[in-house]
Amino acid sequence: MAELFVYGIVLGSIISLGAIGLTLVYGIVRLANFAHGEFMTAGAYVALLFVGVILPWLGVPDTTFGPFSFGWRMLIAFPVSMAAVAFIGIFFDRLLYKKLRVKNSSAVILAMSSLGASFIIRMIILIITGPDYRFYRPGVMRPAIQLPLGIKIRPDEIFILALVVVLVVLLHFFLQKTKMGKAMRATADNTELALISGIDTEAIVMWTWGIGGGLAAAAGVLYGIDVQIDPGMGWNFLIPLFAAAILGGIGNMYGALAGGLIIGIVEQLSTAVLLPTYKLAVAFVIMILILFIRPAGIFGGGNK
Amino acid sequence: MTILKAEGISAGYTELDILQKVSIKVKSGQIVSIIGPNGAGKSTLLKTIFGILKPREGHITLRDEDITGLKPNKVARKGISYVPQVSNVFPSLTIRENLEMGAFIRDDDFRGRMEEIYDLFPTLREKRNQKAGQLSGGQRQMVAMGRALMLDPVLLLLDEPSAGLAPLLVSTIFEKIADINNTGVSIAIVEQNAKEALKMADHGYVLAMGRNVLDDDGKSLLDNEDVAKLYLGG
Amino acid sequence: MEMGSVVAYLVSLVIMASIYGVFCLGLNIQWGYTGLFNIGIAGFFCIGAYTSAMITTPVPSGIMAQYVHQLFGLDMPFIFGLIGAAIMCGLVALFIGIPTLRLSEDYLAIATLGIAETVRLIFNNERWLANGPQGLMGLPQPLHSLVAGRNYDYVYLVIVLIVMIVVYLLIEKGIRSPWGRVLRAIREDELSASASGKNVVRFKMQSLIFGSMVMGVGGALYAHYTKAISPDVFTPLYGTFIIWVMLMAGGSGNNKGALLGAYVIWGIWIGSDLLMDMLPDAIRDKGPYLRFLIVGILLEVILLYRPQGILGEEKTVSKL
Repeated sequence: MAELFVYGIVLGSIISLGAIGLTLVYGIVRLANFAHGEFMTAGAYVALLFVGVILPWLGVPDTTFGPFSFGWRMLIAFPVSMAAVAFIGIFFDRLLYKKLRVKNSSAVILAMSSLGASFIIRMIILIITGPDYRFYRPGVMRPAIQLPLGIKIRPDEIFILALVVVLVVLLHFFLQKTKMGKAMRATADNTELALISGIDTEAIVMWTWGIGGGLAAAAGVLYGIDVQIDPGMGWNFLIPLFAAAILGGIGNMYGALAGGLIIGIVEQLSTAVLLPTYKLAVAFVIMILILFIRPAGIFGGGNK
Repeated sequence: MTILKAEGISAGYTELDILQKVSIKVKSGQIVSIIGPNGAGKSTLLKTIFGILKPREGHITLRDEDITGLKPNKVARKGISYVPQVSNVFPSLTIRENLEMGAFIRDDDFRGRMEEIYDLFPTLREKRNQKAGQLSGGQRQMVAMGRALMLDPVLLLLDEPSAGLAPLLVSTIFEKIADINNTGVSIAIVEQNAKEALKMADHGYVLAMGRNVLDDDGKSLLDNEDVAKLYLGG
Repeated sequence: MEMGSVVAYLVSLVIMASIYGVFCLGLNIQWGYTGLFNIGIAGFFCIGAYTSAMITTPVPSGIMAQYVHQLFGLDMPFIFGLIGAAIMCGLVALFIGIPTLRLSEDYLAIATLGIAETVRLIFNNERWLANGPQGLMGLPQPLHSLVAGRNYDYVYLVIVLIVMIVVYLLIEKGIRSPWGRVLRAIREDELSASASGKNVVRFKMQSLIFGSMVMGVGGALYAHYTKAISPDVFTPLYGTFIIWVMLMAGGSGNNKGALLGAYVIWGIWIGSDLLMDMLPDAIRDKGPYLRFLIVGILLEVILLYRPQGILGEEKTVSKL
């Protein structure tokens, strides 16, 4: 049980990264991004492209770091994939959503457009790589470390936890201490007033997509490191991502963090009685329950 | 010197114009009050001056520069600040952060300006780390005005600053507005509370049904029988 | 190709397009008339198909019982399959609608997505329910005894067209009624509609339920056409997304548009399949992905440049 709990935190931290990006985009751009799961998939595959093709071709060595399953190649590929998906998010915004915003399209049309974008991204990935699942490092899994209480955890998973903490702390400082971060929070609070204050809300939108896309990519790569990479992975995360964001109060970054952890833990605990494939159904049930009991979410009570 | 000239403004939210060829003028250092019944188009006029709405016809000139049709963030850069009637603070940001957002387009060190705003509104200095959403109505109005003042505007547009405030707070707000004016900022106020608005006005405009009805200096309007009957009742 | 098989091919095309037409009609009630964003159509598709399947087949007995598991089997006629499918979908719609309809549109969307994915998972993993991944086979076809096996499709075509037309007429009648006018008022301006005293949530719920019932009928029609169903049929792409593209292409808010969209998009879908057959192997292998990519791009183009679809919203007789 304890081991399920610990792994639930690992899974939950991955979900959190995605949910934070999703909730930021929803709060600032006012778009329920149904392509957010595919951002995760895209991130995982871009990293795979670099780790598996480009970096070997460039002569980057294959050595791994200590007990981890990755090395220099992943170290380079990781931020590259974050940047790539940041760019993809901004690209789709420019290409599609911005034009729809200018036409004053409804929230549903925007969401529908993002749904279309999700299929476009997934089809492109399928065309390029096919439906099989892959690994960053095929072969033997690294052995687990023994912790007290009989918990086993892989070194990769400790890295995942640490990296998520780092990213979340960085994001926190960005939002709280930098001018752009405060402007993002202001725009989420009151877009009209942000415009009146002279804030360039289109630049804010770009930043939001960049950060949201980057975090989603990170989540995808981390999942790929921990489990596997397959074209449907992001779609399967979509419900848990939304559940986490709703649980934490949509628009609330810290809520999404907590929501992600809770969803991850409950999903993992559920595998004690349910098939693992049902995890997303568990997330769905949690989401429905929250909508019944407290639709504003645990930390909600926002001003929408 | 005339700071602001709005001439022959026709504007609205849909194809139907609310404003029909309205004109007002603000001279340097003046407080100009715009009064009239609900639906007269007073708020619409401010929004059009600030660029939130585009006028169908007419011109807006700021210190001899034509600013008709400029978007709000450009108008702000030219030296006009606007305080909307509702939803005029960032609720989840602290007072300090609200003021910082007010200075967003400034490139220089605005901390001096922030101190001046705190001098003007001491309560804000006291509560500067509190979230704006947790403040009372009167305090929020002060934050809203403080945010607008961070840009050191030459002209401040206030949309019904006393709306929803208790009577005691109403006089406080109007005192503050007078203080702001004394620092050299020209002010155009739209107000339901016509009496108070005219008391402090150098000049007043009466709008009804989207048109100019009357304009005169503040005192004369206060003494005007028709105005008193129609607009100064409440 | 001989004439007979060309005709047979066309008949099968029209049957599928008409089945999708029924789905579009159902979605049009929800989206076109009430503005509800249901992206879990695949779930209703699945439930409708399986419900009808289990109503119209007997519980397997004897040796078959070892290989085929089924929760229940009523062995009733086709028409009861349709009705049962509709009722079941209506109930599920009610279940999702209760927590989500009073909230913003995005919540309904996510809830419908969740239902579709969950339903598919359950049917895939719970063998006792409906035979898990292998699904159910040998589903009966109405009036099968009437014609020789080869010509049965003509009979089914008539059946499908009758159902489609009946559904179309029922919806047209409903839309022109006072009830229908309220729906459209809600889509136009929810605030005014509720200000004039209409219980908006109740109308949305009715719209959700009726639309879902229609989708259930579509699922049943599908099941009895293909005679075999399994969970992997009801994917987000084939069961939800393509129907949205059909409706948006044809014209949302317009029942004729819904049907037109179904025929046009299905035609494009099949046409692209034939096109792919002529291309070199390397590209042909990616066929389904390329075709769905094109459909996805088509949707974006529609949303950007012609969101009202080919026919646009119906100009109706009276406004609220």
